[in-house]
Amino acid sequence: MAGVAVSTTINGDNVEYLCQPDETLLDVLRDRLGLTGAKEGCGTGDCGACSVILDDRLVCSCLVLGAEAEGRNVETIEGMAHGDKLHPLQQKFLEHAALQCGICTPGFLMAAKDLLAKNPDPTEEEIRFGLAGNLCRCTGYDKIVRAVQDAVSEMKAA
Amino acid sequence: MRYIRPQSIEDAVGLLAEPDGTAAILAGGSDLLVRMKGGFIEPDLIIDIKAIHGLGEIRETAEGFSIGSAVPCAVLGENAALKKAWPGVVEAARLIGSKQVQGRCTIVGNLCNASPAADSVPAMVAAGAKAVVVGPSGRRTVPVEAVPAGPGKTSLAKGEIIEAILLDKRPPHAGDAYLRFIPRTEMDIAVVSAGVNLTLDEKGTVKTARVALGAAAPTVLLVEEAAEVLVGSKLDEAALERLAKVCSGACRPIDDKRGTVEFRRKVAGVLARRAATTAYKRAGGK
Repeated sequence: MAGVAVSTTINGDNVEYLCQPDETLLDVLRDRLGLTGAKEGCGTGDCGACSVILDDRLVCSCLVLGAEAEGRNVETIEGMAHGDKLHPLQQKFLEHAALQCGICTPGFLMAAKDLLAKNPDPTEEEIRFGLAGNLCRCTGYDKIVRAVQDAVSEMKAA
Repeated sequence: MRYIRPQSIEDAVGLLAEPDGTAAILAGGSDLLVRMKGGFIEPDLIIDIKAIHGLGEIRETAEGFSIGSAVPCAVLGENAALKKAWPGVVEAARLIGSKQVQGRCTIVGNLCNASPAADSVPAMVAAGAKAVVVGPSGRRTVPVEAVPAGPGKTSLAKGEIIEAILLDKRPPHAGDAYLRFIPRTEMDIAVVSAGVNLTLDEKGTVKTARVALGAAAPTVLLVEEAAEVLVGSKLDEAALERLAKVCSGACRPIDDKRGTVEFRRKVAGVLARRAATTAYKRAGGK
């Protein structure tokens, strides 16, 4: 079966790939491009572990076809840090121990990044609401919310 | 399997009408990809409609609003004019899924997935929304409630596709509201739901009403008797009481793990009453 030829932008780089018509963007990222930061939790859009930003919208990459990325702009967790310098959200997740097993973390970070891009000073309720599409079975969420709040303070001061 | 991104609605109709194989329309994919992954369907052709001109836009016209079938629900919430005119439709659309799903899912997808529990559908039916259907023999406009034919089934013929949802321009003193019951606060589908749309006269008497119930029957219910109860009232206690009773009586729900028949009947009445109260306030009634 011939693949679909796709030309897209991922984390600022032009990327071209061939994928199957029914192959998800998540599978393309992980299996074809070696970008394994996005995780497959449920594969049905319920857990948010595969969250990426597609043209400024947070989406589950498991519910996007690889073919749909043609001509669009994809941001993944791999583009979040600048070289060795972590994004404030990443730094605060470490400081607050806002993860245990870590499977959900890339998705939470992308969701938090998207949230702060649209609302730089969210209330606790807005943070919890903004991250409601991401499931974590380890932390109980509190440390994640604290980490985001701390990152907000730091980013405002910067 | 093929993936095609047509540039025009006519091309999409042509592809859908191809005699051989099964075709699936892809807008947000939040139902389609889940069903493909679960092995429930394996289309021969996926038609991505997002590149079709106009389908990704909300247009404000002299008659009201035209919401293209590829507009994600999140965009409905970002349109101030639409939110002001039809807050009930927008709040219903915004209840679907998570933030991640909101960036993709569409009200036309919600309608054509034909789940009895679809959140946006009772709100659209209460609003008197219409669907613009394009097919091999041209365009037709149908009331939204004519689209679902049963769980997972629509009345659309082969080759037909919904191009847009139309909502009327609002007269003064009008308001709508949608409420659903779910056992948690987010990310769930309705156990039962109610949409109410009212227009009032200057004195706050209900002039016209539409009441729709979701997850209360195999398809969305437009409860005409409930509307009759409200018309002519100022939404006093007696009218609300009768509204709840009529709505409970109109339900033909199922028993399942999410709710019993008895529970759904009772809650349908409660939600209709509360949604009516909110719609009345939004319409400027006191």
